[in-house]
Amino acid sequence: MEYLIRSAQQHEDFREAEIKALATLHGFDVEILSYSNESPYCVVRLPSDDAAKLLIERSILACAIYRLWGQGSDYDSLHEDLRSRTESEWSKYKVSSFWFQIKTFQSKRSATARQDIVESFSYLPFDGPITPQNPDVEFCVCEYFDKGTLTPKQIYMGRLIGNSCRDVINVYDLKKRSYISTTSMDAELALVTANLALAGPNKLMYDPFVGTAGFPIACAHFGCIVLGSDIDGRCIRGKGEKDVLSNFRQYGIAGRWLDGFTADLTNTPLRKRRFLDAIVCDPPYGVREGLKVLGSKRGPVEEVYIDGKSAYKQADYVPPKKQYSFTAMLRDILQFGADTLVDNGRVVLWMPTANDADVELPFPQNPYLELVSVSVQEFNKWSRRLLVYRRLPSVEVDAAAISAYNHQAGHTADELNDFRRKYFQGFKS
Amino acid sequence: MKLLTLNFVSCARKACKSSTSSFPLHPRDAELELVEMEFNPQFLQNMLPKLEWEALQIICNELALPTLPSSTPAASDLFESGGEGSSPAQPTQVARDLHKLLLETTIREGLLVCSNCGHEYAIKEGIANFLLPPHLV
Ligand SMILES: C[S@@+](CC[C@H](N)C(=O)[O-])C[C@H]1O[C@@H](n2cnc3c(N)ncnc32)[C@H](O)[C@@H]1O
Ligand SMILES: [Zn+2]
Repeated sequence: MEYLIRSAQQHEDFREAEIKALATLHGFDVEILSYSNESPYCVVRLPSDDAAKLLIERSILACAIYRLWGQGSDYDSLHEDLRSRTESEWSKYKVSSFWFQIKTFQSKRSATARQDIVESFSYLPFDGPITPQNPDVEFCVCEYFDKGTLTPKQIYMGRLIGNSCRDVINVYDLKKRSYISTTSMDAELALVTANLALAGPNKLMYDPFVGTAGFPIACAHFGCIVLGSDIDGRCIRGKGEKDVLSNFRQYGIAGRWLDGFTADLTNTPLRKRRFLDAIVCDPPYGVREGLKVLGSKRGPVEEVYIDGKSAYKQADYVPPKKQYSFTAMLRDILQFGADTLVDNGRVVLWMPTANDADVELPFPQNPYLELVSVSVQEFNKWSRRLLVYRRLPSVEVDAAAISAYNHQAGHTADELNDFRRKYFQGFKS
Repeated sequence: MKLLTLNFVSCARKACKSSTSSFPLHPRDAELELVEMEFNPQFLQNMLPKLEWEALQIICNELALPTLPSSTPAASDLFESGGEGSSPAQPTQVARDLHKLLLETTIREGLLVCSNCGHEYAIKEGIANFLLPPHLV
C-alpha cells in the first residue's frame, strides 16, 4: 500500500534514514517510491495502515502520514489517479464526518483558492458533516511548487493515518534543560540520532563520550535503559544541583539512567561481551573539546610517589592525558562496537567532514560492522556526518575482510588530525 | 554503580584483560543504597542471557546480600504462567527481586579491587572512576 509522508523541510538529509530506521525498529519493510531532499513530500510503500501509524508515531522529522489517494502533476491527473486508486473505498466514508486540509510548499493559497481546491473533490460521495474538530476522517491536499512559480508542479491527496511526535522537540529543548554544555547536541538531532540507533523499550544503550548526556536522554525518552561514561568525571557529576541525573529527573525518566562512570574509551573497563543494543556518541575532534586519552606524552613512565605514597592514590589526583589521533579514535569506537554490540545492534556516530574534498575524512570501517546510512548536516564553513552501522551477526562477517583489517591495523594509528589542523587554519584553501 | 553495570566491567588495565581474575571487580568498604528505577521485566529478560551469574553470586556474597539461586533464572521465571487470554503476563517475585538487585542496588561509596593486579578503583556518590595513572596504561 502506498503512503504519503509529509515532513518538515529541516535536516532533510536525515529523513530517509529515519524512515528506514523506524521500519527496521518495528520489523516491517518500507520501500521509498519517491523522495527528494528538495521536497517535504515522500511516497513510500508499507504493509498496512497499522505499520504506517507505528512508523509515524516515532518520527521526529516527519509531520504526518497519509494513505495515498492520488497524485499528479496537475489537478486533472490527480483526480484521475484518485479515482482509479480509491473509487471502491469511497462508500466507506459516506456518512463519516470529514475535513480537508491544504498544505502548500514554497507558495501560498488564498482562502478562495483553497475553497476551490476543496470543491474540486465534490464528486466524492461524502454526505457526512464537515467538521474541522476531530472528524472521523481527514484528507490532506499537498501541493509542491517550484520556487517563484504560481502553479503546483506536483499534487498529492491522502487520508490522514497519524501525526508524528515532532512536538517532543519542544519538551527537550536545550534552552529549557537544566544542565548543558557548549557541545550538547540540539534536541531535534539528538532525538533523530536515537531513532537511528533503534532506541526502544527493553534495550540497553551506551554513550562512551557522554558529556551532559544528550544522547542517553533522547534514547531514554524512547524507553531505553541508558549508560554513559566520560574521561572527564566532572561532566557527569556536574555542579551543585545541576548534573546528569538532574536532567533525567527534569524529564521524569531518571528511572532509566542506569549508571554514569569515569573512563577513557581507549582504556575501557567494559568487558568484551555482546551486551549492548546501541552505542551512540559524538566523539571529540579537538575543536572545542580536546581529544585526549590516558597516558603520558613522554611515553611509558615509572610510578610516581609523593612522600613515599603512590601519587595516584591521593584524593585529588588527576591522571595525565596525551593527544590521540581522531582517526585512531574512530577505529577504536568501531572495534568497541564490534566487541560489545548484540547482533544487529547499532553504532551511531557523529563525525566532522570538511566541505573541502581534500580534507574529507574517510568513513571508518570495521569488518564486523555494516554501514547502514550516512546523513550530512551542513554548517556555514564545515559539515558533519551521522554514520550508522549495524553489527553483523558473526556468521555474516567476511573472513577475508577480517584478515585484511587486521593486517592494515597498526599502520593507520597515528595520522595527524587533519580536521583539527584545517579548522585552526580557518579553512583557507 | 549498579550491580548490573558491575557485571559488565573488569579491570581497565589492558594487561589485566586477558586474566580471568580481573573479573569481577571486588567491592571493598562498600556503602550500599537503593535507587529507584523503572520496573521493566522485559528489559530483565533481555539482560538475563548476558549476565555472568557466577560473578553476580560472588558479588552478592561479598556484599552480604541474600543468596541467589544457583543458576541464571530462565525468561519463563520472570512471568506468571497461564495468564488469561490476551492479558499481558504478570511479572513474578523473581522478576521483582532481580530488578531490585540488578538495577536498584547501588554501590554509593567504596572501592572496586582487581584481584589480578590489586588496583583499586574508587566509587564516589555512585560514580566509579576507572581512570588509570600513566604507569598502568
Ligand atoms: C562532543 S562532547 C560530547 C557531548 C555530549 N554528546 C553531550 O550531550 O553533552 C565529547 C566528550 O568526550 C569526552 N572525551 C574526550 N576524550 C575522551 C576519551 N578518551 N574517552 C572518553 N571520553 C572522552 C569529553 O570530555 C567530552 O565530554
Ligand atoms: Zn587489574
